[in-house]
Amino acid sequence: MVGNSSIIDGLKARIGDEWQAGVYPVERETVQRFIRALGDPNPRWQNDEYAHPTFVVSLGFDRIEQELAKDRSATLLHGSTELECYQPVRVGDTLTVSAKILDIRERPGKMGKTAFVTFKLNYMNQRQELIATCRQMLISY
Amino acid sequence: MSEQLYYEDVVPGSEIAPLVKQPTTHQLAMWSEVSGDFNPIHYDKGFAQSRGLPGVIIPGQLAGCFLGQLVTDWMGEEGRLWKLACNYRETNFPDETVTCKALVRKKYVEGEEYCVECSLWVENAKGRKTVSGKAIVILPSRERTRPTR
Repeated sequence: MVGNSSIIDGLKARIGDEWQAGVYPVERETVQRFIRALGDPNPRWQNDEYAHPTFVVSLGFDRIEQELAKDRSATLLHGSTELECYQPVRVGDTLTVSAKILDIRERPGKMGKTAFVTFKLNYMNQRQELIATCRQMLISY
Repeated sequence: MSEQLYYEDVVPGSEIAPLVKQPTTHQLAMWSEVSGDFNPIHYDKGFAQSRGLPGVIIPGQLAGCFLGQLVTDWMGEEGRLWKLACNYRETNFPDETVTCKALVRKKYVEGEEYCVECSLWVENAKGRKTVSGKAIVILPSRERTRPTR
């Protein structure tokens, strides 16, 4: 089994640092694709103006995954998610996602060393307004 | 379009109408594309089994968004989802029915906002709670009309 201890050690050195995890233009098609993937038939979300409030969880995770599972040998499970929404995401917005690792804990598990990585994503719009935050814990082994 | 829910209509202790979902591997593929979560445990059965799982699993975050769907359906057009927190306790599998349920815990006014807190959970076909969570929504009030977004 290939472990990812070296990746985790590298991330430990970055606890508390904030970095830009991506810039995402919010297009009508992106918003609608999210709703189709969620399978939410509510006509409220068939609009050209705003996204479902959980839409933001689809932004930024890919960048975190790249950091945590660079060689695809690591398994990532979601442990928890805490989403806070302050403003609706509107079609035409450009969201800048910043990421910060808050905490990393490790303990031995059935499949080798298991890391519990807690991080927070902030979503800002093009007017530098905070739209949402999402704190997540990922389990990596 | 369902009728708008108002703060005054909410009864703490009452249940919200459940939402039944039947995620498929097709849905998982769509979710991978939108979420950027291409971890092979969501599409490669052999890989998932090599990592100690019985088969491919539903991404926790997708199950969490099912709970989001339950709440946004319930709160109506003028409601706002403020907070959604989920703990992923057990894995869910494609082609198994999951039921999203919620219970109103309390309601309170904070500043100018009429808030309702609910506990949420996802139950699998065996009746086990696989995801547990909490949501806070802001509802319109009949007593005081406020501008809505």
